[in-house]
Amino acid sequence: MARIVKYVFLDILRTRFILLYTAFLLISTIALFQLDSDSSKVVMSLLNIVLMVVPLISIVFATIHFYNSYEFIELMLAQPVKRNVIFISEYAAVAVSLCVAFVVGVGIPMLVYGAGASGVTLLFCGIVLTLVFTSLAFLASVVTRDKAKAIGIALLFWFYFSLIYDGLLLWIVYTFSDYPLEKITLSLVALNPVDLARIIMLLQLDISALMGYTGAFYKDFLGSNLGAIASAGILLVWIAAPLAWAQRIFSKKDL
Amino acid sequence: MISIKQVHKTFGKLHALNDVSLELASGKSYALIGPNGSGKTTLMKSILGLVVPTSGQIYFDGKLIARDWQYRDKIGYMPQIGRYPENMTIGQLIDMIKNIRQQDTLDEELIDAFKLYKMFGKRMHALSGGTRQKVSAALAFLFDTPVLILDEPTAGLDPVSVEFLKEKIQHEKRRGKLLIITSHILSDLDELTTDVAYIYEGKLHYSNSIEALKTETGEKRLGKAIATMITQKQLIDSINA
Repeated sequence: MARIVKYVFLDILRTRFILLYTAFLLISTIALFQLDSDSSKVVMSLLNIVLMVVPLISIVFATIHFYNSYEFIELMLAQPVKRNVIFISEYAAVAVSLCVAFVVGVGIPMLVYGAGASGVTLLFCGIVLTLVFTSLAFLASVVTRDKAKAIGIALLFWFYFSLIYDGLLLWIVYTFSDYPLEKITLSLVALNPVDLARIIMLLQLDISALMGYTGAFYKDFLGSNLGAIASAGILLVWIAAPLAWAQRIFSKKDL
Repeated sequence: MISIKQVHKTFGKLHALNDVSLELASGKSYALIGPNGSGKTTLMKSILGLVVPTSGQIYFDGKLIARDWQYRDKIGYMPQIGRYPENMTIGQLIDMIKNIRQQDTLDEELIDAFKLYKMFGKRMHALSGGTRQKVSAALAFLFDTPVLILDEPTAGLDPVSVEFLKEKIQHEKRRGKLLIITSHILSDLDELTTDVAYIYEGKLHYSNSIEALKTETGEKRLGKAIATMITQKQLIDSINA
C-alpha cells in the first residue's frame, strides 16, 4: 500500500497544482492578517474561504485527479494488488496532499501572527471539509465513466451543500415559523457538512448571540461537550459514508 | 489451471459473454479467435479480474478469483491498447511495476531485444503505437509468469520485432507455460498455439486442439480450417432452424 501511495504522491507533485493551491492560501491568509490586526476578525474572513473555496478546490481537484489516474489504476489492477488497496491509496494520497496544502497555507501564517483557539478550530474545520469533499469527489468519479459528467456531479455536490441547501433550510424555517423548529433545524443542519462546520466555527468565535434564539439553542447543544462530540461524529460519518459507498461501486467496476 | 464456468457478462443491452465455459490447462497454448467485438478481450479481462462477470465463476488453480488478487502474481498481461500514466518515462514505468511486484528473478530479454534501454528517458505520451506495444510486451514477459495473456501481441509491430516476439512466445510455450493469445493473423496462431477456441457474439462455438480441427475439416492450414468449420456450422444451424 505504501508503495502505491508513493507513486500517486509523485504524480500529484508532478502536476504542481497542489503547490499553487498552497501558495494561494498562504498569500490570501497573509494578506488578511496584514489588513486587520484583530485576529478574530481575520479568522471570520478566513472562515468564508474555508467554507467556500476549500470544498470547491477539494472536490474539483480530486475528481480531475481520479480521471487522470485512470491509466494508472488500470495498470495496477492487472498486477497482484488488491482493488481496495488501490482505491484507498488514491484517496489517502489526494486527501493528505490537499490537507497538507491547507495546513501549510493557512496554519503557518496563523502561527506567525497568532490566532489562538479559534484558529485551531478553523484548521480542524478546513481539514474535515477537505476530507468530506474528497470523499464526495471519489463518489462522483466512480458513478460514471464520463469525465465531464463526473465533474458536473462534483460541482452539483458543491452547489448543493454551499448554496442550495441553505436556501432550502431558510425556506423551511420561514414557512413553518409558527411552529417550534429548533430540534428539526438542528437535525437538518447535520445533513450538511458545510453548515455543521460553519456552526462549530461560529460558536467558537462566540458570536452565536447574533443568531438569536436558535443560536442560543445551538450553543446549548453544540457548545456543550456532548454537542461537540456529536457534531464531530456526524462529520466523520460524512467522510466515511460517501467513501465506503464509492469503494463498493469501485470494487465491482469494469475497467 | 484456469476454469471458466457459465460466465455471463452484459454491458447494458449488449451480451458480451453468453454462457462461456472453458477449461484452460497448463502447458497448452490457446488461440482465442472471433470477429471484432465478439467478446475475446472481455473474456481475457474477466480472467484478470478487470471485468467482473455478471454471473458465473472463474477459478484459477482451483481457487475462485472473485475475492482473490494474489493469483495475478502468476499472470503476465499484454493489453490490446496499452494505456499508461502519460507523464511517466519508460524507465520510471518499468521501475514502478518492478517495485510493485517485488520479484527477484526477472526476464529482461525483450527489453534488450527491443532496445528499450535507449528510450528509457522518453515519456509515454511521446511514444508511437509500436513502441507502446513493445513496452506492453516487455512488461508482460518481465516476471517470467506461468500464465501469459496476450491480446493481439503482434498488432502494430514492425516485422523484425514481430519475429522477436514470436520467437519469445514460442520459447515460453516450449517451457510449458499456459498461453492465451488472440490475433487476427491466423498464420501466426498456427505456429504459436496448440488449441483453439472460437467465440462469436459472446458465445463459445468451438474449442478443441488445432490438430483435431484440422482432421475434422480436412484442411492443412488453420485459416482454411476455421473458415470451413464456420461454414459447416452455419450449414448445420440453417438445417436445424
